[in-house]
Amino acid sequence: MPTIGRNVPRCDGMEKATGAARYVDDLAFPGMLHGRTVRSTIACGRIRRVNLLFDPAGFTVVDHRDIPGRNVVALIVDDQPCLAERVVRHIAEPVLLLAHADRERLIAADVDIEYEPSEPVFDPLHSPKVFKSVAIDKGDVEAGFRVADEIVEGEYRVGHQEHVYIETNGVVAVPENGGITVHGSLQCPYYVQKALCVVLGLPPEKVRVVQAETGGGFGGKEEYPSILAAHASLLALKSGRPVKMIYDRAEDMEATTKRHPAVVRTRTGVTRAGRLTAIDVDVLLDGGAYTTLSPVVLSRGVIHATGPYRCDNVRVRGRVVMTNTPPNGAFRGFGAPQTQFAAEVHMERMAERLGMDPVKLREVNAFRAGDTTATGQALGRDTSALKVLREAVKRTDFRRRRRSLRGTNRGLGLALFFHGAGFTGSGEVRLASKASLELTERGARILVSSTDIGQGARTVLAQIVADTLGLPLDAIEVARADTGRVPDSGPTVASRTTMVVGGLLQRCAVEMKRTIGRLTPRQYLRRHRALVVTRQYEAPTAATFDETTYRGDAYGTYAWGCDVAEVEFDPVTYEIRPVRVTAVQDIGKALNPRMAVGQIEGGTLQGIGYALLEEVVVRDGRMANAQLTNYIVPTTMDTPRIDVVIVENGYRHGPFGAKGVGELPFDGAPPAVANAVRHLGLDVRSLPMTPERIMMLSGQQSAGSR
Amino acid sequence: MRFVLNGREVDVKAHGMKRLLDVLRGECGLTGTKEGCGEGECGACTVLLDGQAVNACLVPFGQVRGHSVTTIEGLRGRHPLQRAFVTEGGTQCGVCTPGMIMAAAALPKGATREDVRVGLAGNICRCTGYEGIYRAVRKAHRARPTAHDSRPTAHGSRLTAQGSRPTAQGPSRRSTRPKSGLAARRQPPAASRKGSR
Repeated sequence: MPTIGRNVPRCDGMEKATGAARYVDDLAFPGMLHGRTVRSTIACGRIRRVNLLFDPAGFTVVDHRDIPGRNVVALIVDDQPCLAERVVRHIAEPVLLLAHADRERLIAADVDIEYEPSEPVFDPLHSPKVFKSVAIDKGDVEAGFRVADEIVEGEYRVGHQEHVYIETNGVVAVPENGGITVHGSLQCPYYVQKALCVVLGLPPEKVRVVQAETGGGFGGKEEYPSILAAHASLLALKSGRPVKMIYDRAEDMEATTKRHPAVVRTRTGVTRAGRLTAIDVDVLLDGGAYTTLSPVVLSRGVIHATGPYRCDNVRVRGRVVMTNTPPNGAFRGFGAPQTQFAAEVHMERMAERLGMDPVKLREVNAFRAGDTTATGQALGRDTSALKVLREAVKRTDFRRRRRSLRGTNRGLGLALFFHGAGFTGSGEVRLASKASLELTERGARILVSSTDIGQGARTVLAQIVADTLGLPLDAIEVARADTGRVPDSGPTVASRTTMVVGGLLQRCAVEMKRTIGRLTPRQYLRRHRALVVTRQYEAPTAATFDETTYRGDAYGTYAWGCDVAEVEFDPVTYEIRPVRVTAVQDIGKALNPRMAVGQIEGGTLQGIGYALLEEVVVRDGRMANAQLTNYIVPTTMDTPRIDVVIVENGYRHGPFGAKGVGELPFDGAPPAVANAVRHLGLDVRSLPMTPERIMMLSGQQSAGSR
Repeated sequence: MRFVLNGREVDVKAHGMKRLLDVLRGECGLTGTKEGCGEGECGACTVLLDGQAVNACLVPFGQVRGHSVTTIEGLRGRHPLQRAFVTEGGTQCGVCTPGMIMAAAALPKGATREDVRVGLAGNICRCTGYEGIYRAVRKAHRARPTAHDSRPTAHGSRLTAQGSRPTAQGPSRRSTRPKSGLAARRQPPAASRKGSR
């Protein structure tokens, strides 16, 4: 019986529901030590002296001089040291590592670091250093403004966001076979392996990285585990014993990556009929102290900066700059939520200026098949902007409901958005991911480095293989993501696992089925002993993307969404309470509808948290609210009813038509909620909309109207 | 220290001021109970103390002397909630799941959606948006006891629904409430969270 399109339960579900699933902190090895990171307490300066104020007996102590390879966290630009040498560039930068068998003694060990502080940079608008800048040009923006009837300008700001995966970052490093094996909570085993080879000066065959069960990632375990794995490995190699490092919540929040804060300035020209004639956007991202993934976050951000709207004349300028704060990094949506928040609030302001129905304005401008994006990509038949917009309007009876709420303390808002699936530009070609399928007595075993971090990758990949081979789901096994065993199928990021890696596995399964012919797996193995089929990514079309001019096909396909949010304003507490969100999303094909819905519900709620509750308070370069007591993520009490409507407009190169689903849902909720608040008469242009900000905003507006 | 762990009387040596969470995961070897924040906010370490949901990170081990503790392992995979969390999308990454299931197990049968919402307000899930969890609880509450549930060895649902009593020598229930833990959980979550902003 086919499994695609059916709600088969997740294959690792019972282990999780019984507590049997083994996360990294549940692992123990004989002779294991605990590790700890000593971090800088200033944002910028030179290290003068490090004084150990404890009895070193029984301790392993590591600093930069113990690094056998290069002292960098290898990623895009090798500018981040694994351990600070003479200079620190942000608070909580790792300086020294300690390990001890007894956790209490480890925590009690006191280290004093003397600094020569220098003046830090906290304001990205005044940063002296640009990590990367991008320019997108299409048509003639000045000519577009000349033919406009109205020109609307605005500045939009968003702050940091913390991932708050419920399992904090953690690894165990075990010295083995003259090298190192790292078990960790992570999204990308091969990223960690590559970084370890550089810092430890070991060949890949001496470095094995194994994903333990992972308690959520959302991008927060994309690049960060590399540095943590390096720290634990250095301690393990020096002590000759396994070393476990598990961050507590405060350390995880203070030291690890966050979503990039952004300032987006938008200027658009529009005719009285509502047709966009020019879009001019300037995007500034705060990268923090080191480059990490910022250049790629910026790329995705600027490519999505127009929102899903056609316009012949577009200019986008983007830059990501250094500040003396902990480096920002990957977070679900990867730059697109920041710019699409600006685009959608700006769209609402244009509708107000024109006195036009906001749905109509979006209908006029929404991408259709055949339109070209800002980078000049011609959109295909799998373009669903209008379809999801109309569906959301119909489902929520948007216009009538909006009218009926006028004059009440409730508001209704809408956002239309899109999200490119897979790596940007030629990224997938460069990755050249591999996936393998191994024939077993009962069926097949999937060998990929793609990790299940809760999204359900194991189950969905197994469904693709089972249906393609024509075997029952329980005949398919999924091997653990272990670099000693599985090929590099690329990182588990960018909404790419189902679409790209699932596509590779489908090709493997087609080949495997052809090879075994009429034999059963058992019969085939008796005659031929073994069968492993491997497939490597190849671009499905001849489309290209020029990474210097930002012209061409930025993504293989896009997923589309329209969210409608209803909120209630409390005039006493100034709280905005989300009441109901309807999320209509085209993800190509829901291979497992229940799990796809789970992605959309969860991503939508993270977006609501970003919009209303989640504020990283940074004081002198340090996160001042690094605990769950006052960094507020949505609980059940903060969560509205979320209605999900899935639209299936298939992508012809995705397995069974699937596009990416992981990130799309995050893009829509923040602007939909902001536009609902705007419907209440509050001119919101920044997030999060905490009660304090809403109070200030309503104070300013009523003072202004007096 | 003697107490009842998952229906069995046990004697565990550990300092009375150790967190119950660490004793369960360490001395008792029951790693199903997870640590999410260590400050009573996330509920990942929720266990039942005499049938009431508490945060094991806020309970000093000394307070469970003579009382009954039920962890996720104590449900033995037979509680209707466990199956329902799997089939209804109530679990994704799974780290909040044991605590969430224990908190849900403490809810009365026939709880309304609003009861469930309030009852689970001390348990944070970052993956599901809670809808899958509501579906799972609703389904489990509708489920009739299976053949498994009615077996005398499977005390899962009964133990959690009614709570097992403290031993006769134990102090009265009221006086042994782990104050920090329960206080944190009993405050209306919205109010307590706001106060700390």
